[in-house]
Amino acid sequence: MQEEIFISGRNIPKIDPNLEIWHFPIALYLFLGGLAAGILFFAALFTILKKEKEAPAAVKYAMIIVPIALSVGLIALLYDLTHKLYVWQLYTTIRIESPMSWGAWVLLVITPLSFLWVFSYFNELLPQWDLKFDFLKKFQTFLIKNRRNMAIVLLPLSLILGIYTGILLSAFNARPLWNNAILGPLFLTSGLSTGAASIILLSKSHFEKNLFSKIDLALIIIELALILHMLMGMYAGSAVQLEALDILFGGEFTVMFFGFVVILGLIFPAVLETAELLGYKLPVAIPALLILMGGFIFRIVMVEAGQITRYLY
Amino acid sequence: MVIDTLKCVGCSDCVVACQTENSVPIGYCRDWVTESVSGTYPTIELELKSERCNHCDNAPCVRCCPTGASHIVPGGVVMVTADECIGCGACIESCPYDARYQHPDGYVDKCTFCYHRLEKGQLPACVSVCPTKCMYFGDLDDATSEVSQLLKARKHKVLAPEAGTKPNVYYLI
Repeated sequence: MQEEIFISGRNIPKIDPNLEIWHFPIALYLFLGGLAAGILFFAALFTILKKEKEAPAAVKYAMIIVPIALSVGLIALLYDLTHKLYVWQLYTTIRIESPMSWGAWVLLVITPLSFLWVFSYFNELLPQWDLKFDFLKKFQTFLIKNRRNMAIVLLPLSLILGIYTGILLSAFNARPLWNNAILGPLFLTSGLSTGAASIILLSKSHFEKNLFSKIDLALIIIELALILHMLMGMYAGSAVQLEALDILFGGEFTVMFFGFVVILGLIFPAVLETAELLGYKLPVAIPALLILMGGFIFRIVMVEAGQITRYLY
Repeated sequence: MVIDTLKCVGCSDCVVACQTENSVPIGYCRDWVTESVSGTYPTIELELKSERCNHCDNAPCVRCCPTGASHIVPGGVVMVTADECIGCGACIESCPYDARYQHPDGYVDKCTFCYHRLEKGQLPACVSVCPTKCMYFGDLDDATSEVSQLLKARKHKVLAPEAGTKPNVYYLI
């Protein structure tokens, strides 16, 4: 038997008995960042493939979500900082070893580009509105001409953004639940899947809905495989990882993780989407909303549960 | 830093000295004392340890800091520049020893080995007040220093070596 206690009385706010440094705003940001990355990826991909006509929701309507999601996400991040006035220090240096540093730089490029992208579709989104000024019209023509170039820049950046939301957590070896190499690809897949779900939700074309249902189904299967892979990796891991796994298997996050994320957020929508592809008439919004909800709860579970896990010494 | 667990009586003087010397806000502490009991009666073993930031050679907090506020100064002490810290909390998440906290003013704070005292040639506050003189401070790179000699002569350990951080606070056992 071994028992360890603090005898000098230690109860530091947000540190003891377990970390509560990162909260809801971080989970919200990770979700919105992944969602934005997912939509951006599909919009850029279909533009590069010159198939904009086949996926109007992906390149136009769902893209409206991206600048909004990124702005809300960034406000959430800023809200979570405790030394807010010094936030500009992020842009005084590039630190390759710190995922947060290059994430901040990627966001600095992606966020304005996403605004410009939506602006380039201004006339098609709001045909009744007139861009009053000549320079705005010229600017829009310039953007429309360069849409493909924007897509070429955005395609790799969206993948980096999506994978970075996972690597941000997996870079901390002090938190065994986070510290696995699969978390980056897992968050990317989840982000792409939520992106596809929101495109399904906003699409009016039957062809596009069908196409993205298929894409989403494939992504869900990959995501389930990656989750299984993550759990197996930890199950075969060291004592700290086994202890981290206990939180998901029989611990306080079991229902949240398996009930809301795996079953309601992945398996159930996958079944609904399969049924739909087989020809059953179902409201397509249900699986799409479930996927979005599952993706959000997944981020909350990982952020909260990860901070409970720690090194035993 | 070298701490003799066989001499420590767990009085927590080091904690109070640190809080006074560094004006640590109430409710916070940069160092703390743990008591670990192992075995079952009658073969019971008790170990007392004064713990703090381990000023690791491979410091994860320095690695993950997005602004470079967390850095290692020449000599090996891990420091935080308050004016560069944005309070993102990444370093707190990265520390396997939970040795950092968010100061009520927003920036991240931690043990500095009393760097302001070291510059004047004085010992860290915790070391200087220890009534059993169980703490030793010195240059581990200098083979003739008291700390190096102690590590040569005595059995010792570091905390969570499996975390790969290469900590610089040694415990004599």
